[in-house]
Amino acid sequence: MKKSLLARNNDLANTQRQLEILSNGMFADGELPTFAKKIKETNQFPLRPKKLEILQINLGYMCNQVCAHCHVDAGPDRKEIMTVETMQQCLDVIKKTGAHTLDLTGGAPEMNPNFRWFVEEASKAGIKDFIVRSNLTIIRANKKYYDLPEFFKKHNVHVVSSMPHWTRGKTDKQRGDGVFDKSIKALQMLNEVGYGKEGSNLKLDLVYNPSGAFLPGDQMALENDFKKALKEDFNIDFHQLFAITNLPISRFLDYLIASENYEDYMYALVEAYNPLAVENVMCTNTLSVSWDGNLYDCDFNQMLNLKVASKVKHISEYNEELLQNRNIIINQHCYGCTAGAGSSCQGVVA
Amino acid sequence: MSKTYYDPADLRKFGKITEWNEELGNKFFDYYGKVFEEGALTAREKSLIALAVSHTEQCPYCIESYTKDGLQRGITKEEMMEAVHVGAAIKSGATLVHGVQMMNKVNKLEM
Ligand code: SF4
Ligand code: SF4
Repeated sequence: MKKSLLARNNDLANTQRQLEILSNGMFADGELPTFAKKIKETNQFPLRPKKLEILQINLGYMCNQVCAHCHVDAGPDRKEIMTVETMQQCLDVIKKTGAHTLDLTGGAPEMNPNFRWFVEEASKAGIKDFIVRSNLTIIRANKKYYDLPEFFKKHNVHVVSSMPHWTRGKTDKQRGDGVFDKSIKALQMLNEVGYGKEGSNLKLDLVYNPSGAFLPGDQMALENDFKKALKEDFNIDFHQLFAITNLPISRFLDYLIASENYEDYMYALVEAYNPLAVENVMCTNTLSVSWDGNLYDCDFNQMLNLKVASKVKHISEYNEELLQNRNIIINQHCYGCTAGAGSSCQGVVA
Repeated sequence: MSKTYYDPADLRKFGKITEWNEELGNKFFDYYGKVFEEGALTAREKSLIALAVSHTEQCPYCIESYTKDGLQRGITKEEMMEAVHVGAAIKSGATLVHGVQMMNKVNKLEM
């Protein structure tokens, strides 16, 4: 079994090291413009939050998979998970913010032993869109998870699942042997309870990340190809496909450097820079809460340990006004969100 | 750096050809862009054609570009290799079919 960077004592498990590489590293000659300079050109600096719409909560870094590109550096060897106390603090905030979307992520969020309790409690708060990011295989990992599709249905959870490709080879290469077959089975189980069907309000969306050092192509075209192949080969239905660019952090950064693609990839991101995408990057309407309750502008900043630039740093001290008044922390990895049509956790943004 | 005719970094500079003749350069890029738009053929089909042709033309820049383009579109390596074989088949067929010209000439010249 592969291990996380942390378990391997890899240099890049240190977020400071990642930031050094991103900001100086191999572009010390200054050929690569800083992201700050880029957004200054279009008067978008400093990047400021708009109204809070999405609260993204990371329930822990524990995962049954060890995907090659994981920006969380998640895996079975990661033990960080959110406690009930922190969950309660999140629930208190959910009730008082105007955020319409709650987005639960991990690791595999379902592996947190209090996941179901949290979903039950949170679903009472009347959120419009209640997302659980499921890696699919967790549904097939152990009998105790087999009823997850029913559980999701009961709470009208919006399931967003990762699926790198409609072929076995590509999927297994990125996410591990056997992942494709298990994911297909899990998708069929979700379909069986009514998820993903046309006209169904049980939303099932897929997330596509390129399986290597290249950018995602046109989201719509990819969605059509995914739909056609999954329907023909496995009779699977889903609603939308979100194409997400891999950000050069954590395990994907490690892969880029080891495969000598780092420099080309960064150039490709900068070349594809789209100022229109800046307006809608997810940090502008999202707040990310880590397993230990700290607050970040986004999931990526969380993984780089860049806490919000505000007096309020923890969910227990939540204060909307103070948080609205912050500047978003940016760095070179932000090029990943603004390349081409742009991407965030919700797919293209421009 | 060792001296070679091809430098991968030159691909990024392709757009600069407009600097020495803006009008013709722009005309070329406009045309190029139009050709690859979705039309009677899908952009995906065009990408595979371009990949096959870049091999028969043996242009390393185009091979790199359309390999990447194919990956971005989710085209599999099996599909890409098949396209390359199509190019190779046409190229070898085109060589061989000229064998008929050779045969004609031999037949004409020989007693
Ligand atoms: S990408 Fe998702 S499924 Fe894969 S290791 Fe990371 S958290 Fe787990
Ligand atoms: S990584 Fe993306 S979402 Fe996060 S701060 Fe940068 S631009 Fe915003």
